[in-house]
Amino acid sequence: MLLQYIILSQLNIDDTHAVADSVISNILLAACSYFISNNMKYYIPRRERYWYIFIVSLAGTFLWMLAEQGVLALLLNKNDPYADVFFSTLSIRFGAGFLLISSMSMFSLLWYGQQEQKDVAGRKTEADQLSKDAELFKLRQQLQPHFLFNSLNSISALTVADPEKARHMIHQLSDFFRGTLKKDEQQLNSLEEELAHLQLYLDIEKVRFGHRLQAEIICSNETLQCRVPALLLQPVVENAIKFGLYDTTSDVLIKLEAVLEQNILKIVVQNPFDPETALPVKGTGFGLSSIRRRLFLLFARNDLLKTEKENNQFSTTLLIPQPE
Amino acid sequence: MKVIIIDDEPLARSIVKEYLQSIPGAELIAECGDGFEGIKAIQQLQPELIFLDIQMPKISGFEMLELIDNPPAVIFTTAFDEFAIRAFESSAVDYLLKPFSKARFEKAIQKYLQQSGMPQTKQLIENAAALPEQQNRIVVKDGNKIRIIPVHTIHYLEAADDYVKIVTKDGSFLKKRTMAFFEESLAVYQFVRVHRSYIVNAQLITRIDAYEKDGHLLLLNTGAKLPVSKAGYAKLKEALGI
Repeated sequence: MLLQYIILSQLNIDDTHAVADSVISNILLAACSYFISNNMKYYIPRRERYWYIFIVSLAGTFLWMLAEQGVLALLLNKNDPYADVFFSTLSIRFGAGFLLISSMSMFSLLWYGQQEQKDVAGRKTEADQLSKDAELFKLRQQLQPHFLFNSLNSISALTVADPEKARHMIHQLSDFFRGTLKKDEQQLNSLEEELAHLQLYLDIEKVRFGHRLQAEIICSNETLQCRVPALLLQPVVENAIKFGLYDTTSDVLIKLEAVLEQNILKIVVQNPFDPETALPVKGTGFGLSSIRRRLFLLFARNDLLKTEKENNQFSTTLLIPQPE
Repeated sequence: MKVIIIDDEPLARSIVKEYLQSIPGAELIAECGDGFEGIKAIQQLQPELIFLDIQMPKISGFEMLELIDNPPAVIFTTAFDEFAIRAFESSAVDYLLKPFSKARFEKAIQKYLQQSGMPQTKQLIENAAALPEQQNRIVVKDGNKIRIIPVHTIHYLEAADDYVKIVTKDGSFLKKRTMAFFEESLAVYQFVRVHRSYIVNAQLITRIDAYEKDGHLLLLNTGAKLPVSKAGYAKLKEALGI
């Protein structure tokens, strides 16, 4: 601004005109640069970026010149020496303006481009971390350390007392974990297949808890061929067993009943509980939230898992829509 | 050496029983399937050493110990219990991770024999109680009965000499703990220490009135009226965000 004023003064322009010219043209120039740079904050060209800058800067400079002329003509009277000087310096003004605007937009392009790259990298590490955590959590879930170590402890006790039974339990435990590892959570299996897997789990739990744990499975033949998401039942039953065994001191009967109603498979799992000491269920509580999530991802419905407390029975109801 | 085994899994008890047979002088006097039986057996039979599982029906191994006046030496047995293991490591009592070998079992017995005298069971109970996983309920003795009080059913707590009186809709119960302990452990459940002698469940407050100079009086939706000290009023304002 000062530079422009000095140059204009030397060209015999009086002070008012020189000041007004330099102030106005520079403010307009700054506004134009700001506008372009701000634009780049929200849109960064991907391809042909240098052409883009060239064209945008050219257009910006034209607009700036027009605005400058308009404003100056409005504010200042026709003053011959000044108008002459103004028009004779047009090309220089244009050159200087273009240089400033294009370097400004180049700078913003680089700056915002780098900023965006940083954001993308940050999001990527965050996403990586999240998926790693989820995978680890899933692995640990699959291993079910509490179940595994307690079962191994039972086997350890049986090796001396009842070697035959110990061997049988090792086979059951192996079949159960092999089944868990083999199954893909995306796949749909027949209820029959899923119940066979569940039976292994129940048999092992029965060895651990002895007479305290009883299980009853009721289902009609037509339900056996229904399609069920793999490994969905086991965590529900596991939850019922834990809840039943640790919330009461008496014998525990876990009931599972499956019926087919209007092309929807309905599975109800029941366990006893003590209404006086049970902690309030947050949402669906316990380990059930991940099951609700899975059902939502598979069927895009949020109403497929329900829990209910009646007298001393806690029941979990699963609704599984069947393919037409 | 009189021993009791407390574990809800019969096979888990039988393995301890089997290992005990080769320990000279060890006498198994009872086997219990849960903490209630455990308390009864310990009080009647006065064992020197117990083997105790953590996850058991109704009350955990830690909660059971809290209810016994002079707990015996304890060797914990557990399968997978990250938070419990943290508690063990800060005290001298030994623990066995299931499944454990006979050699490991004998080492635990050796350790017990060496530190015989007063083991640090009390310290361990304190440590375990301070763990957040342990704090969503309080277990108390009510005459001969044992009561489990879910934290959300508590109205307020009142200081009573060495005890704290826990007031709920079913009456009030005494627990041998300090006010400072509850002030800290119940803070996450929106309990606020409004007075030297009172900790209140902030969700039940219906009104706070000015009372005498510097003091306030608060009214719970249960009808109870509690005094609020000047410092307590500041804490209350902070907790309620006003």
